[in-house]
Amino acid sequence: MKLETVYMGLKLKNPILAASCPMTKDLARVKEMEEAGVAGIVLPSLFEEEISYDQHAMDQFLSYSTHDVGPEATSFFPEPENFKNFEGEEYLESLRKIKSSVRIPVIGSLNGSTAGGWVKYAKLIQEAGADALELNIFYIPTELSITGTEVENRYIEILKSVKAQVSIPVAVKMAPFFSSLPSMAKRFDDAGANGLVLFNRFLEPDFDLDHLEAAMKPSFSTRSDIRLPLHWTAILYGKVKASLGATRGIKSGLDVLKMVMAGADATMISSLFYQEGVSSATRIIKEMTHWMEEHEYSSIEQMRGSMSYNHVTDKSAFVRANYMKMLRSI
Amino acid sequence: MTTSTKILVDGNEAAAHIAYRVSEVIAIYPITPSSNMGEWADAWSAEDTPNIWGTIPKVVEMQSEGGAAGTVHGALQAGSLSTTFTASQGLLLMIPNMYKIAGELTPTVFHIAARSLAAQALSIFGDHSDVMSARQTGFAMLSSNSVQETMDMALIAHSATLKAQLPFMHFFDGFRTSHEVAKIEEVSDATIRAMISDDDVMSFRKRALTPDRPVIRGTAQNPDVYFQGRETSNPFYARTPQIVEDCMKNFAKLTGRKYDLFNYVGAPDAERVIIMMGSGAEAAHELVDVLLERGEKVGLLKVRLYRPFSIEHFVHALPKTIKSLAVLDRTKEPGAIGDPLYLDVVTAIAETFQNGTAPFKTLPKIFGGRYGLSSKEFTPGMIKAIYDELKKDRPKNHFTIGINDDVSHSSLEWDKNFSIEKDTTFRGIFWGLGADGTVSANKNSIKIIGEETENFAQGYFVYDSKKSGSVTTSYLRFGKSPIRSSYLISTANFVACHQFQFLEQFDVLEKAGTGATFLLNSPYSHEQVWDHLPRSVQETIIAKKLKFHAIDAVKVARETGMGGRVNTIMQTCFFAISGILPADESIAKIKSAIKKTFGKKGDEIVNQNYKAVDMTVQNLFKITVPQKATSKFVLSNTVADHAPTFVKEVTCAIMAGKGDDLPVSKIPNDGTYPVGTTQWEKRNIAQDIPVWEADICIQCGKCAFICPHGVIRSKVYEEKDLAGAPATYKSTKTKGSDFGPGTLYTIQVAPEDCTGCELCVEICPAKSKTDSSKKAINMALQRPIRETEKANWNFFLNIPEFDRSKIKSHTVKGSQVLQPLFEFSGACAGCGETPYIKLATQLFGDRMLVANATGCSSIYGGNLPTTPYTNNSTGKGPAWSNSLFEDNAEFGLGYRLAIDKKKVQAEELLKKMASQLGEQLVTPILESKQNDEAEIFSQRARVEVLKEKISKMTTSDAKHLTSMADYLVKKSVWIVGGDGWAYDIGYGGLDHVLASGADVNILVLDTEVYSNTGGQMSKSTPIGAVAKFAAAGRPTGKKDLGLLAMSYGHVYVAKVAMGANDTHTLKAFLEAERYPGPSLIIAYSPCIAHGYNMRYMATQQKMAVDSGHWHLYRYNPDSPQKGLNPFVMDSKAPKTLLKDYMDQEARFKMLKKIDPARAEHLYVKAQQFVTEKYKFYDALAKLGQDKTGSTDDNE
Repeated sequence: MKLETVYMGLKLKNPILAASCPMTKDLARVKEMEEAGVAGIVLPSLFEEEISYDQHAMDQFLSYSTHDVGPEATSFFPEPENFKNFEGEEYLESLRKIKSSVRIPVIGSLNGSTAGGWVKYAKLIQEAGADALELNIFYIPTELSITGTEVENRYIEILKSVKAQVSIPVAVKMAPFFSSLPSMAKRFDDAGANGLVLFNRFLEPDFDLDHLEAAMKPSFSTRSDIRLPLHWTAILYGKVKASLGATRGIKSGLDVLKMVMAGADATMISSLFYQEGVSSATRIIKEMTHWMEEHEYSSIEQMRGSMSYNHVTDKSAFVRANYMKMLRSI
Repeated sequence: MTTSTKILVDGNEAAAHIAYRVSEVIAIYPITPSSNMGEWADAWSAEDTPNIWGTIPKVVEMQSEGGAAGTVHGALQAGSLSTTFTASQGLLLMIPNMYKIAGELTPTVFHIAARSLAAQALSIFGDHSDVMSARQTGFAMLSSNSVQETMDMALIAHSATLKAQLPFMHFFDGFRTSHEVAKIEEVSDATIRAMISDDDVMSFRKRALTPDRPVIRGTAQNPDVYFQGRETSNPFYARTPQIVEDCMKNFAKLTGRKYDLFNYVGAPDAERVIIMMGSGAEAAHELVDVLLERGEKVGLLKVRLYRPFSIEHFVHALPKTIKSLAVLDRTKEPGAIGDPLYLDVVTAIAETFQNGTAPFKTLPKIFGGRYGLSSKEFTPGMIKAIYDELKKDRPKNHFTIGINDDVSHSSLEWDKNFSIEKDTTFRGIFWGLGADGTVSANKNSIKIIGEETENFAQGYFVYDSKKSGSVTTSYLRFGKSPIRSSYLISTANFVACHQFQFLEQFDVLEKAGTGATFLLNSPYSHEQVWDHLPRSVQETIIAKKLKFHAIDAVKVARETGMGGRVNTIMQTCFFAISGILPADESIAKIKSAIKKTFGKKGDEIVNQNYKAVDMTVQNLFKITVPQKATSKFVLSNTVADHAPTFVKEVTCAIMAGKGDDLPVSKIPNDGTYPVGTTQWEKRNIAQDIPVWEADICIQCGKCAFICPHGVIRSKVYEEKDLAGAPATYKSTKTKGSDFGPGTLYTIQVAPEDCTGCELCVEICPAKSKTDSSKKAINMALQRPIRETEKANWNFFLNIPEFDRSKIKSHTVKGSQVLQPLFEFSGACAGCGETPYIKLATQLFGDRMLVANATGCSSIYGGNLPTTPYTNNSTGKGPAWSNSLFEDNAEFGLGYRLAIDKKKVQAEELLKKMASQLGEQLVTPILESKQNDEAEIFSQRARVEVLKEKISKMTTSDAKHLTSMADYLVKKSVWIVGGDGWAYDIGYGGLDHVLASGADVNILVLDTEVYSNTGGQMSKSTPIGAVAKFAAAGRPTGKKDLGLLAMSYGHVYVAKVAMGANDTHTLKAFLEAERYPGPSLIIAYSPCIAHGYNMRYMATQQKMAVDSGHWHLYRYNPDSPQKGLNPFVMDSKAPKTLLKDYMDQEARFKMLKKIDPARAEHLYVKAQQFVTEKYKFYDALAKLGQDKTGSTDDNE
């Protein structure tokens, strides 16, 4: 069975990538993933805020607010001759280590919301050996005066400044909240995105009623989450030059196949790895192979986009008519 | 001669630089002002810096200076070149070992930042009391007078010690030299190598104890030979002066800097000469140069090698023409016929006359004088007064200079306006707030000017004793000629005030010279700033013709992303208007310094500072000064009219920075001071203060409970008490039934005493039902509400306290209606220690004695001008004292023994006088258990009746009983200190007191680090934490003090964390106090040394408990009698990973930025440590039985 696929020019032995999550920074886990059949990994994001926060926090507490408090305590911490890791060195080092220890492609990841100085890390990630870069742009407009166009322009600006830094392929992990997602996809495409990943999963806060405050609680994707990326992958397939990555809610081999049929070049999994362990990749591959054998498919290539918007007969399933149909069925 | 490099260092670094390079084993312990030497050594060792032989010295922190000296002694005996650094009490603790080291003729150098000793009071500042207390040990003593000499003499000492086979004390003045930053010539490694002979090192090593060539040392000797043995060393002492002189000659050859055992400067035919040692000699040298130009026949003899004292070298260093000598000592030996140096000089000269070897024509008159105790200023004016005194026919002997001694009339008068400061020297004074970066910026400026120009440079920094809102003044001098001015600037040509509010509090321009430049950071625009100045400031600016510049640096800081940090901006202003460097050049230099300083912490910090520099110049304005002062803003008195006389006359003067002017008669002669004086010092340091919303409040009391400063209080009172309340005074009905129907409740903030730490707002659980961002307490700008809240606070204070005996003090809410008798301390804003102390005073303050170990709690608890322990309306309150650092448990035990003894004596007298007094009165007094507030109140009432009754009796028994009757009321002894005391230096005593079974309450304020001296590792420091003396992160786990105490079986032990569980803390305090034996409370106390915003202290305490870093438990030895397990685990199994807690604090996280691999390793180790610890405690809690001593859910 030919499970091979090509994502942003990277040859993958199958369409299953480990999505960006803390697990992919751990060399031992990454090795397990490779053994379990995962075709590539996306590293956890190097956050713009993390880089900036660390610099500011350390400057504040080591050199400022604890200095010259009184005659007996002119400082509170030893001042080392040199610091490391204020410029993402630890991240880059683990990238280097992983890259040299596994054969599968390793994709770096950057998360930010401005086109600030942090985009230089794209180049450092490339130099550290990443095969590609995933750009996770996370911007939440809260002001009434900020228009959709302004937000879109900001995304494009960030992508362009990152593209200017690197020669490796760059994917944009998209938010699903654009008025016209295809138009935005096209803009990314035009700005040079080599891949579009559908979608970024935002961790909206829950409310804690006992304390009347917003509470950050990590949650895993559920099976039904697959529908949003499935839907939009199907719509975008064939309309953009960029490769399509699909993520969210993938729990089985059939889910992967659905994504591929919608048009995905690769799929990304993380929640499942936390819920069932990394070995679930082996199960997924088996399920895929079994289904394909049973239904006499010979390759992934064969089925890619076979159920995309362009290829389904009843297009209403993708547009508003579908909504009406579903409502009536309740 | 080797070529030299110019460097900018302080005295401590200069000494450590040499000591580190020529040592193999270094044993250290922190004590101000010498701690930095150990810190340098530890940091260099952590960074693998080698010594001159290419090996990295082993640096080890000990549990006390006694321990450090013992370790050095051992290392020396085993043949390693070894050194240590100390001061003051630390040196006293080393004395026993110093006798041994000297007695065994062992070479070593102890570097001492000389400091006062604790007598009537502790002082961290400089004088020679400590080194003079060790002069009899047999150590040679070499004095340095300046930062350059500190580096030079350090090497001469290390060179000479090996040749002389005698140990050396190398000392320099604490703070004045140890902390002065100066431009000096670095002693190169080549010079060090040339001074330390390999042969000497080999012969030292040959004397090492080794089983390969066994000998025995340290024998016990008898009357037959001990005496002779003591005399065997005489030849070594006799030859040492010549050895030191030879080393000095060798050093001069190598560096060009010449020293003698006694350096004379002045007229060759001088008639009047001052003899002295230490930094004051530099000021005297400066004056002598001026007086010589005026043709005066004066001179100065600087004593360098004080022990062994060479009479021959001494007398030949003096001019033959001398008629009168003033010998100055920077120490006091009460009761002696003179202070040490004076006695030596008198003896030396007398002996030469006796021997017929005196080079003088006639016997000079010799006068002794004392100066400069505890870093008291020693100025040219004072030195001039001494020379003038020597001119008199009958000069005063045993004089003092620098104070007004109106009791013993020892003091000399001096001209306070006398100045010899050269106009060619730049003299700048900079006023800043502690931790606002002013001092750092000035150190940076000194570096720039010192390194980039030919100028000599000097920086000296003065801090007040508060830990929050402290004032710093930086004194900077730059000039083409060497700077010997070892005193503060008397007339400045540049004054900068980085905090506008100081204009209201201090005479900032007092030392501004005519035509000086004045730079002000003002929250007002350049058009408005003049009108907002106090009138007196306007008048001074006009009268002194000051060039006035202003900038709104806070605005620039805000706009450039610097937050509230104005240091870089003010530094840029200084360069822009001082003219020290061409403006463009200085900007480039500041930027390059920024790159150097901040570059290692990331580009973002660098760029942000660059931006601030660029925006500064366009926001800096020269202000046109009008002809006349127009301000209507007249400064008022700093203290309320109804303050006690002592406060007005003494405390107030110290607060205003005029303490130097107080005469001896105004100072208490035995160190006894009135309590409750912080209430008079209205510091107004908070920009924002909490404001109470009565409608939202649920009256839980948590805000008052956690307040470190006693500024947010709750009170329950009758409606009638509201009469006359200010219109803005807030009040609401009391919730619940604890205080009876119809009572009212108020939470009131002391607006002028609050530090603005926001802990109360963070902990407040009550939120508005319509707006969850609004709590029952919210921060608001202080200035607009200062006056109304002042009136409200004063009204609140005058409402009578609720009857203590009716308060449910076991509830958080109830406990917070009790009046705190610890208030407005100068502790850091958001201090994690003080809430515990305050709680203890609320619960037991009116019958409490506190024995306080030296440390943060003794500084915010007892440092003048004002102290926070206070009394209630009946005059009762905590009695407080501090003995030492190491003896606090024993000191507190002494309290207990005295109190118990007096109680027994009172009971014996009661029984004896029972028939006279009546059984009805006597029996209840003798039988009272006093287990709770109500019983204690009843006993107090009975004792009052007793006192009334015996006051009419005249028998001896009645008199004795009168003096001891109050001890029939229960007294609560509290032994308080930090982890440095309890885990390290005081552990031996603590252990003994725990073992004694005495009824004392020991409160360990555990910050997991030596907080007061600047964050050195203690045995409480957790794995992975970076601290001073643990620059590479602590590799081993913290000591389990609680478990050690539990092992006795009769000690009540509780481990608490107020921010994680306040009810548990309260319960532990009550149980501990009630327990009739020793109790130990280990209280988790967040500290700025942990490296996070103290506002989140409670959350972080909760994380400490949730992650298993800090387990909550109680161990009650009474429980087994009830069939219960004495050990109760009060916190649940860890529910988060330890790293979630660790990553929130810079002390752990910084290791990830220094050595990520080691950090990863230690994080894992730390997790294993706490996991195992929990398993152990869990097993302990389940031991033997299902039952536990727990009677509630502890939540």
